[in-house]
Amino acid sequence: MSITIQIPSALRAFTDRKPEIAVEGKTVREAIGALADAYPDIRPHLFDASGALRAFVNIYVAGKNIRHADGIETVLPDGEILALVPAIAGGAGQ
Amino acid sequence: MSVIPDGRLADLSPGDFARYSRHLILPEVGLEGQRRLKAARVLVVGTGGLGAPLALYLAAAGVGTLGLIDFDTVETSNLQRQIIHSTRDVDRPKVASARDRVLGINPDARVITHDTRLTSENALEILGGYDIVADGTDNFPTRYLVNDAAVLLGIPVVYGSIFQFEGQASVFYAREGPCYRCLYPAPPPPGLVPSCGEGGVLGVLPGIIGCIQANEVIKLIVGAAARGGETLIGRLLLLDAWRMQFRTLTLEKDPDCPICGARPTIHTLVDYAEFCGLTRATEETPVEEITARELKTRLDRGEPIQLIDIREPHERAIFQFAGAKAIPFGQLMRRKDEFDPDHDAVFICKIGQRSIHAIRALRDAGYAGRMLNLKDGSNAWARDVAPHLPQY
Repeated sequence: MSITIQIPSALRAFTDRKPEIAVEGKTVREAIGALADAYPDIRPHLFDASGALRAFVNIYVAGKNIRHADGIETVLPDGEILALVPAIAGGAGQ
Repeated sequence: MSVIPDGRLADLSPGDFARYSRHLILPEVGLEGQRRLKAARVLVVGTGGLGAPLALYLAAAGVGTLGLIDFDTVETSNLQRQIIHSTRDVDRPKVASARDRVLGINPDARVITHDTRLTSENALEILGGYDIVADGTDNFPTRYLVNDAAVLLGIPVVYGSIFQFEGQASVFYAREGPCYRCLYPAPPPPGLVPSCGEGGVLGVLPGIIGCIQANEVIKLIVGAAARGGETLIGRLLLLDAWRMQFRTLTLEKDPDCPICGARPTIHTLVDYAEFCGLTRATEETPVEEITARELKTRLDRGEPIQLIDIREPHERAIFQFAGAKAIPFGQLMRRKDEFDPDHDAVFICKIGQRSIHAIRALRDAGYAGRMLNLKDGSNAWARDVAPHLPQY
């Protein structure tokens, strides 16, 4: 099952600046796990110390937040696009 | 429905008819919409990259009362994107500079400046004087503070946020849809998401996102939803300006949201620095620091110090740190075996922030050697030791 993960700017420092990464996986857990295996520096940004998905990263599959589907166990059809949407704060000042 | 009730419509002056004629002949705005705009009170939080186009366009559009809040002064590095400020405004308070520009565009606007930091103590009082808040801040504590205060007051937040080439915009209005906490229940731990000061931002990006915010503010005021329009309530607009792709994601209200859900547990403003983890636990081992001058002294003595430059390749192109091994922040975990735990390692970034997080991450990953943070980063080295090198 080939899945495309869209990497936002805020996380591209950990994927050699690549905006999209192709991985294998049948569920969100497998796909994100494969991403973290390939790019270990991104792991602490996606999972906390207990292995749970971090609350400041939303994952969208087919335009829907997985929190409103089956969460990290959401099943991915072959060829699906998975978008990581982290909180960003830039705006004024600095 | 407009956020400005019918009973508050303001009368237009004879001069207003000429100034706003392009609005008056738009059926969706018209005389009634312009009267609502004149009656409206909008607070722009932050007069930086996002606040600049917001304040300029809202003033031009005829928003009657504009609040501007910022505690900062104008710096040269702001001018690449904060087009409300001019070169001659450097070192002036941002709200004073912004006020001048706003009144230059529209002398009839009532401008209220708040030259202060928004805090849990003053937020309800300040926001309470406005119909809409436009959020152009640059940090997570203020974003959660603005969200919570707006939910408690029952007013909408027109949200925008930017990083590098990427922007987000939405309208968080708990009466009609989700709030910011429904989307992001908790902020990232400090340092995990870099700031624009470290990650950079394309100068026009806040211009684009700030204009989208101004558009949403105007739509809420004229009541676009009742006139065939759609606001960003319940939707998150994402822009990748480098690939020029817009996407819209659906946002759902979280029934368990602690502030706007069915059984809220937050009824007052909290300590947002603590909520965002900025007040560090006292039991945490502090990161050792070394100043640029101390490092120079030790290097001159010929001590075997490992210099680790964790800046990105394009930053090293601004200047190379002599004798340093280059390992970008995003590759540290993969390459941690390249360090020698028998010798002190000094970590170097631009301002000494990413390097703190690098040291903590390596410590968490089990690296046992001594690690020191170059205080204030390569900018301090350029300032105190090697003035021929640029600070950026």
